[in-house]
Order: sequence, then C-alpha cells, then structure tokens
Amino acid sequence: MIEVRHLQKSFGANKILDDVSFRIENGESVVIIGRSGGGKSVLLKHLVGLLQPDAGEVLVDGENIGPMNERQLLRVRRKFGMVFQGAALFDSMTVAENVAFAFRRHKNLTADEIARRVAAALDMVDLPGTQNIKPAELSGGMRKRVGLARAIIYEPQIVLYDEPTTGLDPIVSDSIDKLIIRVRDHLKVTSIVVTHDMRSARRVGNHVLMLHDKKVYANCTPESLFASQDPIVRQFIDGVADEKEILY
Amino acid sequence: MNLLVNKRINYVLFELGQISFLARDILLSLLTFKIVWRDLLFQIYSIGVKSQAVVLVTGAFTGMVLGAQTYFQFHKVKMDTATLAVVSVSLCDELGPVLTALMVAGRVGASIAAEIGTMRVTEQIDALRTLATHPVDYLVVPRIIAAHIALPLLAMESIVIGIGSSYMVGVHILGIEPTYLWDNMLKYTHDVDVMIGLVKAFIYGGIIALIGCYKGLTCGLGAEGVGLATTEAVVYSSITILITNFFLTLVMGKLVGLL
Repeated sequence: MIEVRHLQKSFGANKILDDVSFRIENGESVVIIGRSGGGKSVLLKHLVGLLQPDAGEVLVDGENIGPMNERQLLRVRRKFGMVFQGAALFDSMTVAENVAFAFRRHKNLTADEIARRVAAALDMVDLPGTQNIKPAELSGGMRKRVGLARAIIYEPQIVLYDEPTTGLDPIVSDSIDKLIIRVRDHLKVTSIVVTHDMRSARRVGNHVLMLHDKKVYANCTPESLFASQDPIVRQFIDGVADEKEILY
Repeated sequence: MNLLVNKRINYVLFELGQISFLARDILLSLLTFKIVWRDLLFQIYSIGVKSQAVVLVTGAFTGMVLGAQTYFQFHKVKMDTATLAVVSVSLCDELGPVLTALMVAGRVGASIAAEIGTMRVTEQIDALRTLATHPVDYLVVPRIIAAHIALPLLAMESIVIGIGSSYMVGVHILGIEPTYLWDNMLKYTHDVDVMIGLVKAFIYGGIIALIGCYKGLTCGLGAEGVGLATTEAVVYSSITILITNFFLTLVMGKLVGLL
C-alpha cells in the first residue's frame, strides 16, 4: 500500500507539487494523468524515493521513505520495478545482461537459473531470443519491452510506468497496454502508470488520478472521469488548447 | 564585483562540500560493500591497460628530451656521466607520476565523466537506483580502486621507459660513456625516490577518478551538460594534480629528510 500525505516539491522557485495526497491499495492499477510539466513524473519518482519531498510524507507499506538515506532506500526499492520513459537500458550491456542486472549479486542463483528467468521474462514481453542484442539495435517499442522485462524479473510488488507509450505508434502503444495488463494480471502487482494517452488511461487503469495546478484535481474511476462534465477535465480528455496557448 | 566574488566562493565551497560527501559515501561503501571482482578487473583494464600507449610515449619522449637538455648543460662543466642520474631522480620524484597523471586525467578522467554523465542524462543512474543498486557501489568504487592500482603501475612504466630511452639517446646519439652513466644513475637514485613516485601516483589516481565520477554524477542535463562535465573533469583534475604535487613534494621532502 502506498500513501502520499500533503506532498510538496519545488525546483528552485518553481513549485511543482503542492499538498498532494492520495492512497493506492495493493493490487490496484492507477493511472496518473495531467498536462506536460504538471509534475506526474516528479510524483512517480517520489513514490520510489528517487526524489525527496520538501514537505509531506510518502508511506510505502506504512514506512515513511522521505527521511531515509540512499542505503536505507535500497531495501524499500526491492518492492518496486520501474519502466522509464526512455527505457533507460544500460547501453554497454546486452538485453540479457540488462534484464538479469538485479541478479548480478545474487550468489544463490546459478547462471542456468538466471538464464532461465531472463528467457521467461523476455517471453512475457514477447521478445524471445533477443538475449544477445545490444539496446542500440532495438526499436523504441522493443526497448520499452526490455525495460519492462528488467522491471518484473525479480517479481516486485509494485510496478511504476513513466509514460510507457509516449513516442510509439498506436499499434505498438496498444501492445504495450496489453503487456501492462498481462503483467498486472499474471504477477498480481500494483501498477502505477503515468501517461498522456487517454486511450491507454481508459484501458489499463481501474483508478485515475488527475494532476492539475500542482494538486490532485480528480481521483476517481476511469468511467466517471470520462463521463465528467468538469471543464478542466473535459479540456484535457478532449485535448483542446486555450486561445492563449495557441497564440503563445 | 563583490557579489560576483562571493558567488564564485560559494560555488567553490559548495563543490568541495559535495565532493566531501561523495568521498564519505565511497568510504562507507568500501567498509560495507563487497567488491565485484569482474567490475574491478574491467576498470583496471579500461583505466590501466588502455592507457599504456599514451603513457609510454609520454615517458619515452620526456626521458629523451630531459636527457638531451641535461647533457647540453652538463657537458659544459664536464659532467656528462651525471646526465642519467638527473633524469632518473627527476622522473622518479616528479615528472613520471605528474606527467602520467596528467595524461591519464585527459584520457580516463574525461571518459569517466562522459560515461557517467551520459548515464545520468538518460536516466540509467535512476534505473540503477530502482534496481536496488547504489550508484557509488556500482559506478564509483570500482573506478576509484582501479585508478589507485593502475596509476602507480603506469607511472613506473613511464619512469622505466623514460630512463631507458634517455640512456639510449645518451649512449648512442650523444656519445656518453655507458658504464659511468649507468653507475652514477644507480648511485644517486635511491629507493625513497621510487617510493615518492609510487605514493604520488597512487594519490593522483584517486584524484582523477574522484573528480571524473563527481563531475559525471552531477552533470547538467543534455549534451551541453555532458560536454561541460567532461571538460571540467579534465581541467579540475589537472589543476588539482599540479597543486597537490607541490604540497606533496614539500611534505614528502620533509618526511624523507626526517627519515
């Protein structure tokens, strides 16, 4: 269970998050939406301790991770897997080495066992037989799949996705959505997905958090969000720019 | 003007504080973290073995030029056979470790800052952290240890090749009598000269890796940030080596005098 209480974060004079509070139960699939630069990725990074709040608390299974130092956070992060916007694969390593990275210091696993788990994770993301390829040789969609395989191989309780379909064509985006659902259902993980993609939000989430003006503006089911007549919610869902934004 | 100076002083103090925190994390890691030997060997190969060509060429030509210049001056006072002794002591105490460190700072310091900086801007360091791996354990510690091991070895290679090439120039081009040349070199070069060179090179190895890693870990975003981090890593390492060398020379000279 993740709980965020009165979270505040600024970068210099620029306030990004102001008094953000919400709670995510185990097994939920939550989509975080909001405008570009609205603090979605910043919020996601707070959940795994990659950023520390200026004020407020982030509780993971009841533990406040805000005051923890980097070494204490390593223990908490074993509960998480994270898929980055640009996949963030280690480019000096092969796909297999990337996926097996979490096991590199596990002395109790044999090389054969690690290879078997890597093959199973790559099968799950529909990339069998790509073990010896370098990340530079992969397409954008394939890189994200490898990133997902790397995030799930050690069977985390919570998987975070930072804009998993950004920059991909609709068909590849659809396949990534299906993968997120497959991982959620097969591994019974809590999924938290940051996205701009409304189709993806409707499909993968059973709960939606909308950030607007540095705060949580909506916290509801996808059905009620898409049925909402609130002008700010409608504007975001329909993708309509203000006159002011067209001019400038 | 005052504001600008204050800002600059604050910036320097901030950077020194950040490097101190990094040094603390490294010490903590060395005390608690088990070294992955494969990573360490790879870094020794990358820092040490791959730097050999540039270090050997630098050592050889420095030895030859130093030998020739010393001969030109000593020949005037009929002290030709003392040439190699001067070359040997100069290379062991100062030129060997310092020139080796400057060459390695250019090659390895830049490469460390660029590699870690690129990892930072492409979120690979965040990915490491989410995979429950401390960036200092995985990226910094193997490079620091490898540089501490590699630099003394490279400096020794540079010194040996420098003395060897100076001997060849002295005997075969300048016509100095080889027996006395060699004998004087052995007579005036002491164990302590070699030790000073080794200790200096060991310290410079740490400086190069520490500044390279720090600049990479704290680099700004984008290609410009990586470029700036790389340049600063080389400039700061080189300046730190030259300044440290002065103080080390004084301190070690004093210690040797006391001994």
